[in-house]
Amino acid sequence: MDLTRDQKLELYRFMRLNRVVEERLVNLYRQGKVVGGLYRSLGQEATSVGTAYALRKGDIVGPLIRNLGVVLVMGYSPRDVMTQYMARATSPSGGKDCNLHFGRPERGVISPISMLGALVPVMAGIALAARMQKKDIVTMTWIGDGGTSTGAFHEGINFAAVQKLPLVIVAENNGWAYSTPVRKQTACLRLADKAAAYGIPGETVDGNDILAVHDAARRAVELARSGGGPTLLESVTYRMKGHAEHDAQAYVPKEELEEWRSKDPIERYTRALVESGAASANELAAIDQAISEEVDREVEFAEKSPLPLPEFALEGVYAKSPLEAVPAPSGSRRQR
Amino acid sequence: MSGAPHLGGDGAATPSKGQTTYVDAIREGIREEMQRDERVFLLGEDIGVYGGAFKVTDGLISEFGEERVIDTPIAETAIVGAAVGAAMMGMRPVAEMQFIDFISCAFDMITNFAAKSRYRTGVGVPLVIRGPSGGGVHGGPFHSQNPEAYFAHTPGLKIVQPATAYDAKGLIKAAIRDDDPVLFFEHKFLYRRIKEELPTEDYVVPIGKAAVRRTGRDLSIITYGAMVWTALQAARTLEAEGIDAEVVDLRTLFPMDEQTVLDSVARTNKAILLHEATRTGGIGAEIAAVLSERCFEYLDGPLVRVTAPDTPVPYSPPLEEAFLPNAEKLCKAARALAGY
Repeated sequence: MDLTRDQKLELYRFMRLNRVVEERLVNLYRQGKVVGGLYRSLGQEATSVGTAYALRKGDIVGPLIRNLGVVLVMGYSPRDVMTQYMARATSPSGGKDCNLHFGRPERGVISPISMLGALVPVMAGIALAARMQKKDIVTMTWIGDGGTSTGAFHEGINFAAVQKLPLVIVAENNGWAYSTPVRKQTACLRLADKAAAYGIPGETVDGNDILAVHDAARRAVELARSGGGPTLLESVTYRMKGHAEHDAQAYVPKEELEEWRSKDPIERYTRALVESGAASANELAAIDQAISEEVDREVEFAEKSPLPLPEFALEGVYAKSPLEAVPAPSGSRRQR
Repeated sequence: MSGAPHLGGDGAATPSKGQTTYVDAIREGIREEMQRDERVFLLGEDIGVYGGAFKVTDGLISEFGEERVIDTPIAETAIVGAAVGAAMMGMRPVAEMQFIDFISCAFDMITNFAAKSRYRTGVGVPLVIRGPSGGGVHGGPFHSQNPEAYFAHTPGLKIVQPATAYDAKGLIKAAIRDDDPVLFFEHKFLYRRIKEELPTEDYVVPIGKAAVRRTGRDLSIITYGAMVWTALQAARTLEAEGIDAEVVDLRTLFPMDEQTVLDSVARTNKAILLHEATRTGGIGAEIAAVLSERCFEYLDGPLVRVTAPDTPVPYSPPLEEAFLPNAEKLCKAARALAGY
């Protein structure tokens, strides 16, 4: 099934939006307005956008911090991301959690926790529940090359495979887990090789080619939807920035960065769209302009948003607070 | 078996007609909840065809099918992780830890995923994690532990530990109906050693309510789980010596029923905190802190802990007996406290 021209332009728009939102967040970070860490996905936008775009309404994803493009595709707005990074009361978590740690099942997104691999069994549980509830949905989650070393990844993917659950696991191989290269993470030549251990299909795709990513993801989603169980889809890309904005990535060889800069997924896709005649340079520039204006508005909203009230810190631990104060025994014995 | 509840006989009583054992009470509670709410399902190791290592889920697979009684790989992180995901989707999963010792393998899922979800995302995680805890059966260091205190330190969780068959059934039903994650610590020594007649009608034991098992004037023994029986046994011995002990069964460790504890100690003016779990950072230490903060002027003696020592649970009978609190150790502490 070929993508329509509108869909091709939408892929472009989401990748560009992903990048522009992050660029604006960098500005806000430098102004001290992003109060916590900032995690970039520069150069990896095709993985997030191309995979999530293979899903349909009702499907549920579990993205990680470098999957900004995923939450945008799933319908969250730049405003949600800006307010969240800026810890505002208007953010999806109301200021209780940081970066992309937000989501609700009915919005199609499950919030990650920082412990890598943890989403894999949880997403398996989402898929298991959906099957019990007779909901025809597919789930998708992302894991980094580093995250594939965790026990949770293994347990979750194994359980999903045994239960033949509709879960697509995208292993986003960006070369680095903080400062640790993939060769110190695993002896496997390809992360997709790990699929064999679980008896599920594994595939490796060029993660900077959005059409290739999307095509592979669509096949994995179709397999899952038809009852064929999980797929481990490895997307080979490169982390063009440090682990977070504070990290100057001195440990990354300059020539590798140069090599991957020339493979930038957005520039590559722009060329492909123009050369194939699917879009003109002017059309794409108009999309860029609209994105820029949209993000301006969203930043303004976020900056005007209040910080949460301090008392909000005590709310929402339980459905009904069990922490009501019990009166001390009445009457004092101090006089004795 | 001086470290265990003394209930007469050889401790392996066969339930008489109309009486329900602790293990059967848990199963009955689960079964009733599965009948009344199709969202309730079970997952764990060997819980289906085999019926569970202690047969807590025996027969449920034939009644509810393998879709609602799921045998899983040996993977506690996957078991609890899948339960978390399913709970977020509105299901009511009940996950079994084959021995509660293995709950450590799922620590991250419990403390970071389940416990914090509602607070940071607004998405509740109504799951139950249950399993056999406690010693007295020569299970050794990895089949005897009482890990409740790790979890009492995690906001977002509720923790219950029934001491009676009535409470076992009533609390498992309350736990399954609760909108937040509940850890349900069973005591394996009690499974087939206690029994009582249970109401035929539907009932729950509310989470967060303690029970006074014996009233007394001279000191309060505040405890939970199998140690309730140890406390009652000791109270009988002490009574003969003229010491009138009150026994408070917490039933819920978090959120704790501070009211009942404060009321008791304000009357008796002395308190012993008794638990089978090890000493440092235990539930007893927390109760002592609450009593010191809230009830200081009512105290006529030190707050005394009777607990297992800070060691792993040893295997060999004389070692385990030395490790476990028992009525004799408790009586000794009570006599000293009563003398204040």
